[in-house]
Amino acid sequence: MMNPSQGRGLGSGGGSSSGRNQSESVVEMFPSGLRVLVVDDDPTCLMILERMLRTCLYEVTKCNRAEMALSLLRKNKHGFDIVISDVHMPDMDGFKLLEHVGLEMDLPVIMMSADDSKSVVLKGVTHGAVDYLIKPVRMEALKNIWQHLVRKRRSEWSVPEQSGSIEETGERQQQQHRADGGAAVSGGEDAVDDNSSSVNEGNNWRGNSRKRKDEEGEEQGDDKEEDASNLKKPRVVWSVELHQQFVAAVNQLGVEKAVPKKILELMNVPGLTRENVASHLQKYRIYLRRLGGVSQHQGNLNNSFMTGQDASFGSLSTLNGFDLQALAVTGQLPAQSLAQLPAQSLAQLQAAGLGRPAMVSKSGLPVSSIVDERSIFSFDNTKTRFGEGIGHHGQQIQPQPQMNLLHGVPTGLQQQLPMGNRMSIQQQIAAVRAGHSVQNSGMLMPLAGQQPLLRGQSLPSSQSSIRQPMLPNHISERNGFSGRNNIPESSRVLPTSYTNLATQHSSSSMAFNNYQQELPMNSFPLASAPGLSVPARKAPSYQEEVNSSEAGFSTPNYDLFTARQNDWDLRSIGIPFDAHQDAESAAFSASEAYSSSSMSRNNTTVAASEHCRNQQQQPAQGMVQHHQVYADGNGGSVRVKSERVAADSAAMAFREQYSNQEDLMSALLKQEGIAPVDGEFDFDAYSIDNIPV
Amino acid sequence: MQRQVALIKQSLFDQGYLDEQFMALEELQDDANPNFVEEVSALYFKDSARLINNIDQALERGSFDFNRLDSYMHQFKGSSTSIGANKVKAECTMFRDYCRAGNAEGCLRTFQQLKKEHSTLRKKLEHYFQLARQAGPKETARRPK
Repeated sequence: MMNPSQGRGLGSGGGSSSGRNQSESVVEMFPSGLRVLVVDDDPTCLMILERMLRTCLYEVTKCNRAEMALSLLRKNKHGFDIVISDVHMPDMDGFKLLEHVGLEMDLPVIMMSADDSKSVVLKGVTHGAVDYLIKPVRMEALKNIWQHLVRKRRSEWSVPEQSGSIEETGERQQQQHRADGGAAVSGGEDAVDDNSSSVNEGNNWRGNSRKRKDEEGEEQGDDKEEDASNLKKPRVVWSVELHQQFVAAVNQLGVEKAVPKKILELMNVPGLTRENVASHLQKYRIYLRRLGGVSQHQGNLNNSFMTGQDASFGSLSTLNGFDLQALAVTGQLPAQSLAQLPAQSLAQLQAAGLGRPAMVSKSGLPVSSIVDERSIFSFDNTKTRFGEGIGHHGQQIQPQPQMNLLHGVPTGLQQQLPMGNRMSIQQQIAAVRAGHSVQNSGMLMPLAGQQPLLRGQSLPSSQSSIRQPMLPNHISERNGFSGRNNIPESSRVLPTSYTNLATQHSSSSMAFNNYQQELPMNSFPLASAPGLSVPARKAPSYQEEVNSSEAGFSTPNYDLFTARQNDWDLRSIGIPFDAHQDAESAAFSASEAYSSSSMSRNNTTVAASEHCRNQQQQPAQGMVQHHQVYADGNGGSVRVKSERVAADSAAMAFREQYSNQEDLMSALLKQEGIAPVDGEFDFDAYSIDNIPV
Repeated sequence: MQRQVALIKQSLFDQGYLDEQFMALEELQDDANPNFVEEVSALYFKDSARLINNIDQALERGSFDFNRLDSYMHQFKGSSTSIGANKVKAECTMFRDYCRAGNAEGCLRTFQQLKKEHSTLRKKLEHYFQLARQAGPKETARRPK
């Protein structure tokens, strides 16, 4: 590696490495030289932090204004390795800064505050902070911040991108060299070499850190080379332009449909890898979801999360094609929508299948637009799956054996009406699962258009509504499934819904009631849902997954609904939402669980969804999860037995979403055999859940 | 002299004016930054004087915008914690509690107390730093036992 004898060139630490032999210096130097940007409006804290960080041998840049910090970061894309920011600042909320940095620069951000209330800490986590420090910040806490950098890089590396070609690589190497105390200039040379040799090298820094971390691991000897082999993938910095290109591509494809591969193609940026896009997409979805939640709001839960929702919102609608707007309009699930559902749902479903847009609007899905937005982003994978799942599950779920539609293959039970209802129910269920209390039903709506009403309506929680829209949209998007889409959304929503669910719990019951009524109508599993063309689904991997998962959900849901007329309690739903149940009963005890589970869930879900997505051809059957709901009658606890027909990651994903419990998720995952996190997904920083704080 | 300085410092800790954070700050001081703690203190008092002023004005207005007051106090608390100003920090917390409870009178009372603690600490620290400078090389940051 670089010439250690050059000494580090680190600012604060002073080069002490000179004279050491290379390998030693490398290891010792690291994490010295870590370039930290500290943002805090309190000058006292800023001074203290700077001093502490310098003592840790980091390079520190102070900033007392968030805007200034952002512009510094933008101007100097690779100039920093990590950002530490205060939560309460006059010119911009710390969380907002966190989001920006995460999206645009993809740097690890540590939040800090004198406020140690759980809700704020949670907020930090859900917004993607890699850590949260409570003031007064001590040296010990700062000494280890380099671990976040390494962790982040490692997760990026996991998707080895040999193609690296991103400029960063060169830069990184440079940095590394610098950090190592090597000649800065030489870094350039090295970079060149590295670049040519392998993309991975990417950051020498990384290599160093890896080295330090792994010790035995790569031999640093020549950092680059080593890095290349291990590190891989130079970090991509998502500049504003690049991000805009990305957003344009996503919009073009449709949020739900946007797959990294296609986005990559559309963007046509040399050196950008699919993994880069995938992880960015994931973050973007989380971001949107957060935004979406706000707008919708009925419940304002999301408000806390969303900051720019409107903007995103708009984009969401376009993206998904969902009828976010519709959803937004519906905002609240009017009770009457339920009534309309049956008839409409089918139509909706069909429409959804065909063109998505049909979904919601009509049934009056309250689906809050917010949900859509957010859910859209997050759900996209799930949604699709729902569609499928719903489609075919619907059929299958139905206790009626006849349905046995293919798992995932819409047998065409079209019991149109029933389906419609069912779907909604499923959606609701899904929604419920998601934690949206009734609101979820709103989400379901998209499917049936009808059903969602149930959910959405009573629940003030906008959250659910948000979710719902997502689902339906998703479904339609995905494969064009008819109607199925609705379901997928719900699945997607789940994670979010949880949050909502918790809050909405009460409201949901209301919604639920409405729904219940509807349900009876449906006795049909989704299958009848808009022409579930299950068979078609096979192709889209997600769809199947969705279906399966959905199927699992939907059907049971319906049953539940019928059984439960008024109690939306998730508990009663018993459905696949096992987790939900908890949520419900807990009144949100689930919310906490939710938060944690959702987080994990999200990850899982995301992983799962991604997984599903990638697996295009998942046999629908595999995933069909049958959730059989055993309704004990009103108030009875509905037990949903989900059978997994095939381990479908998608199904898993859905399931995961719904269950509040992490265990459920992990169990599901295990079943599915899905590895939730693929290198692509960068869960660390972002939790999918939007936990209303 | 140094002993005297040490004793003063110890008493500040014992009386609860300062807490471990102050010690941590002293540990940051070294030959390259011999007056770090004093500099930070000076900065703190300057900045907190500004905050106190803002709060004073807000209270005088009589409108009692608790949210805003709470926000000011949050900042104040942050700095005070960072420097280890124990008693001041306690007053801040109390003030915020009153704010959240909407108790205007409690806020006023606490604020008076807070200002008192703040100025007491300032005097004591100034005295301490003065002596420390006179005493020569800085004392190690160790709580005299």
